[in-house]
Order: sequence, then C-alpha cells, then structure tokens
Amino acid sequence: MTVVERREISLVDLLDRLLATGVVITGDLTLRIADVDLVRIDLNAMISSVNRNVPSPFED
Amino acid sequence: MTTLRYVYAVCRPFEAPLQAQLTGVSGDPPRLLPHGDLVAVVSHVPEADFSEQALRGHLEDLDWLTGTARAHQQVVDALTAVITPLPLRLATVFRDDSGVRVMLEEREAAFGRTLDRLDGCVEWGVKVHVEAEPEPAAAPAAPGPKPASGRDYLRQRRQQSRAKDDLWTRAEEFATGLHRSLSDTAEDARLHAPQDPRLSGAAGRNVLNAAYLVHRDVSEEFVESVDRRAKDDTPGIRVELTGPWAAYSFAGEEDAGEEDVKDKNPGEAP
Repeated sequence: MTVVERREISLVDLLDRLLATGVVITGDLTLRIADVDLVRIDLNAMISSVNRNVPSPFED
Repeated sequence: MTTLRYVYAVCRPFEAPLQAQLTGVSGDPPRLLPHGDLVAVVSHVPEADFSEQALRGHLEDLDWLTGTARAHQQVVDALTAVITPLPLRLATVFRDDSGVRVMLEEREAAFGRTLDRLDGCVEWGVKVHVEAEPEPAAAPAAPGPKPASGRDYLRQRRQQSRAKDDLWTRAEEFATGLHRSLSDTAEDARLHAPQDPRLSGAAGRNVLNAAYLVHRDVSEEFVESVDRRAKDDTPGIRVELTGPWAAYSFAGEEDAGEEDVKDKNPGEAP
C-alpha cells in the first residue's frame, strides 16, 4: 500500500534539524545559548503547546 | 535600535543571486559577509528579540519559535538552491560584523574541510514508522467469534500479541535493510533518535529516523530507491521521506566523535 510520503516539512522535522544539528559555534563571540537547554526548552514548549492533553515527559 | 547579527550559514563565495524578496528571521534580507575564502550569510536582528535573555523567553513561545525556524529554513533553502551551505544551529547570534569575521577567521580551516566534504551534496531524511496495530488485512487470525471461554480468550490474546511481535520483527528487518541499501548510495549516514509520536503527530512508532548525505547527481536515484523499497513493504510499516535539506546532520566536524556516538544510540520508545 505504502507510497513514500512527501508533504510540507512538519515543525518537528524542522526543529529536529535546526535545533539538534547544524554547526554549533561556542565562544565569547556568540551569545552562548547552550544547545542542550535549547532542545529541552523547545520540547517542553512543543509538548505543552502542540498537545496540551499530553503531560511533559520531563516532569516524570 | 541596537541590532545583532544572526548567522544562517557559512559558504564558499558564490555569484548566483539569491531569490528576490527573501527575508530573514526579523524581516531583514540576508546579506553576504565575505571574509577570506568564506562567506557568512547574515541578517540584522533587533537586540530586543535576540539577546540571550530575550531568546530564552522567546524559545518557549511556540509561535515565535515556529516563525523563526521557518524563516531560518527559508534562507538556508534559498542558499541550497544555488550552492552547498554549511548551516549553523538555529539562533546563532553575534554582536556585530566584526564578531562574525573573527569567527570565520578562527574556524577557516575547519569550515573549509567540512565544506569540501559536503560539496555538491544534500541531505535526505528517511523515517520508518510502525503502526501500533497491524491493519486488519495483515492480521493472521480472522476476527473470530466471541471467545466462548477464558481459554479461548487467552488463545486469541496470544495470537494477537504474536501478530504484533511479527510486525515488530518485520519492521526491524525492513528498517535495517532499508538503511543498509540507502547507505550504499549515500556518501554518509546518521541515525537520529526516533521522534516522539506525541510531537510529530505521526501514527505509530518511529523505528528509523535517519539522515543521508547524498550527492546531487544521484539524488534522483536515491529518492527512487526509497520509493521502490517503500512499495515493497508490508502493511503496518510506513516510510516517510523529507528533503532535500542542506546537510544539517553532517555539518559537524568529522572528529567531533561524541555527537555521532550520541546520535547512534536511538532513544527509547515512548
């Protein structure tokens, strides 16, 4: 049955790339947003905003 | 108003014009900031929105995050159409142009190596999902009569769970085979942690979330090969393709081994 699905890039795919990959520049020059924090912040935001019925996995 | 410099990507110098009316994360068109044999693609952003403190607040605002991520991606996509960019992590911000130049200077050699490695390549994302329940057609046991006894009930349950185990085994074999064959066409591959279906909204469970670095010349062949494999698959298994992306998953330095190890350890199922 399956045909490969191709649709508009979903937010989760986008953030998968933009927040977890790509070159990380650290040093005094940048404003130093810790990447780990970034991912956690977003995932929390996404889980609570995208699906308010589902509890955050970070609260367990 | 104080402005900061938001950097999308680093590339080799290029002549081709970017698509007209391209706007960056704060509506400012991306500009090219050349330094030596590299170019940073930069736009001006207000400090009020992109200072460290402001960013921390904004990143918890999904609408803001979505808008920023889409704008970032639009610029990187436009670059990918004309050249092979080295994309930076979302929200990489410098105080001024000279900060960006110093960064380019310091990392010139590393950027050069990575850009050479990625040259002419794009990234394709391939995911395999297993539907939580096999489709009715795939269930070996026809929906039998109502269990007449406790023993019948248990037998039916056992059959159902066996069907499920079969599906998992098939899915695993399918994903492993798919990954192996796609890796042959690709220059490189990365396994990302499976996506949480609560975030993706995708039905079933994500068993493969892979990225492949593929030369543009063989991209068509790669996509066809995904299509072909997807057609052969069994009910209950679904293949999803995204791309072409800029080579986000391959932007790290080769010797940055730690991140690779982390990436190769697929997260647990929800």
